[in-house]
Amino acid sequence: MEAAMGLMRRIPPKHTDTALSALLSLMPNHSSDLLSQVDQPLQVLCDVDSGKEFILCEYNRDADSYRSPWSNKYHPPLEDGSLPSAELRKLEIEASDIFAIYRDQYYEGGISSVYMWEDDNEGFVACFLIKKDGSKTGQGRRGYLEEGAWDAIHVIEVGPEEEENTNYRLTSTVMLTLTTSNESSGTFSLSGSIRRQMNMKLSVADGHLCNMGRMIEEMESKLRNSLDQVYFGKTREMVCTLRPPAEVAQMRIPES
Amino acid sequence: MAEEEEESELSGKQKVEIAKWFLLNSPPGEIQYVAKDVKSILNNDDLFNEAATEAFPVYNLTHLISLQLPNRTGDVLVTSFGELEGNAFLDPRTAQVAVVDHVKQVCTDVRPAADEELPSPYIEEFRCSLDAEILKYVEEAYPKGVCSVYCGNGKDVEGPGCDFELAVVISAARHSPQNFCNGSWCSTWNIEFKGDNQTVELKGKMQVGAHYFEEGNVQLDAKHECKDATLFQAPEDCAVGISSIIRHHETEYLASIEASYLSLPDSTFKDLRRKLPVTRTLFPWHNTLQFSLTRDISKELGIGK
Repeated sequence: MEAAMGLMRRIPPKHTDTALSALLSLMPNHSSDLLSQVDQPLQVLCDVDSGKEFILCEYNRDADSYRSPWSNKYHPPLEDGSLPSAELRKLEIEASDIFAIYRDQYYEGGISSVYMWEDDNEGFVACFLIKKDGSKTGQGRRGYLEEGAWDAIHVIEVGPEEEENTNYRLTSTVMLTLTTSNESSGTFSLSGSIRRQMNMKLSVADGHLCNMGRMIEEMESKLRNSLDQVYFGKTREMVCTLRPPAEVAQMRIPES
Repeated sequence: MAEEEEESELSGKQKVEIAKWFLLNSPPGEIQYVAKDVKSILNNDDLFNEAATEAFPVYNLTHLISLQLPNRTGDVLVTSFGELEGNAFLDPRTAQVAVVDHVKQVCTDVRPAADEELPSPYIEEFRCSLDAEILKYVEEAYPKGVCSVYCGNGKDVEGPGCDFELAVVISAARHSPQNFCNGSWCSTWNIEFKGDNQTVELKGKMQVGAHYFEEGNVQLDAKHECKDATLFQAPEDCAVGISSIIRHHETEYLASIEASYLSLPDSTFKDLRRKLPVTRTLFPWHNTLQFSLTRDISKELGIGK
């Protein structure tokens, strides 16, 4: 398992899919460990009832079917697929609607899905997913990207209420690929995957949705920021170490 | 269940193919680490050795790795332009042939090149002048750069009026696993000297890769191809002309990579996710009731989606 995770740290993130299926076939005995520890790019299905698209993941899967958050039905149909309790389903519907607005404000497009289920210790787990195709043939408003994919997975474990407070444990992963391509500068492609955790004890007075929403918003901004500043920055630094841009620096940065 | 697992058990050949895929997709300078993990997952030395024997030479050639000559007279580049039979690579500058162990990524032996492996004196003059100019440029531009100039077709041409080819290979790599960062710059230039119309045509390929993997995995993969031409002149003049063309294109390319980085925050990255919402304020989670109200109203008025 350690070696498998070592490989996933090195293989180009845009090949995650292929790498994961290769590992699954080499290590059939570790398939559940692999599926839970390696995040894979999100897939989408269309809900036949509402005509809306929803995102597939391990958390809305039962056997070979996936539950849509819009109609609460499994695709393809499944007789006795597990469903959240009526109370949790209500929260799931509300969260799906609000999260869709949140997603639209930050992503200007994309698809989002929210899934919730009861866990063993009187709390529940919620999974918020966002998938955005930012390429110029997809939903890239500005049309710069030949290829542009952003997949975000947020899983929040919500603990039982204790004296008006609840523990929230958020695990988030962002996977992205962005490629620009043109005649004069060739293809330029960055791809990446990072995962972070955040724990918070919050008052339930504001409601679970408000607490979870704020945590996700803060986390997404942090992840986006560290990808932009730290991770992309480090690869840029590497290029400059390989070939220091002496003339370029003088030409391009007029400041002081 | 047991039966199913037996059925899905891969053949040795399939395992070797998968192992090769992992090895070939290793980032710059990381194939040895990948090999260690692949070996432990395969848990079968024969299969691993088969995969390694096939994958390492391909990886070494595409990444243009440079290896120190055992007699410490310099470095030899592993490139198809200098490849001879039996894992041997020519180093034109020192007129030596190095025998390479691809899997260990070391030179095991070195011998002087045979006469028939070297170009004619006429061609060697062009090659040698260009090598001197390129060496000057690479020392200036790449702190850890290694370069070499090879003869392609027409290496035995004895005098003016005929066509021949030279190739410039530049490779710069930086491995700093302790800082979770590796990278490489490779460029190859095919140079055709046309005897009949007295022109020299250049075709360049540049490829830059970088990998940063502290608590994450982010990779840059950038490529570019370009063409240019100059006049067929005396060896020294050709060398100066060609190396200034190469310098110019590589400088431009570096500038375009910089430009791509600079446009990330405000244009390219924004098409994936904005830094702030379209409203330019944080999302009003405390006041989401307003959204349900608007929704109810639009539903009542029949203007909802």
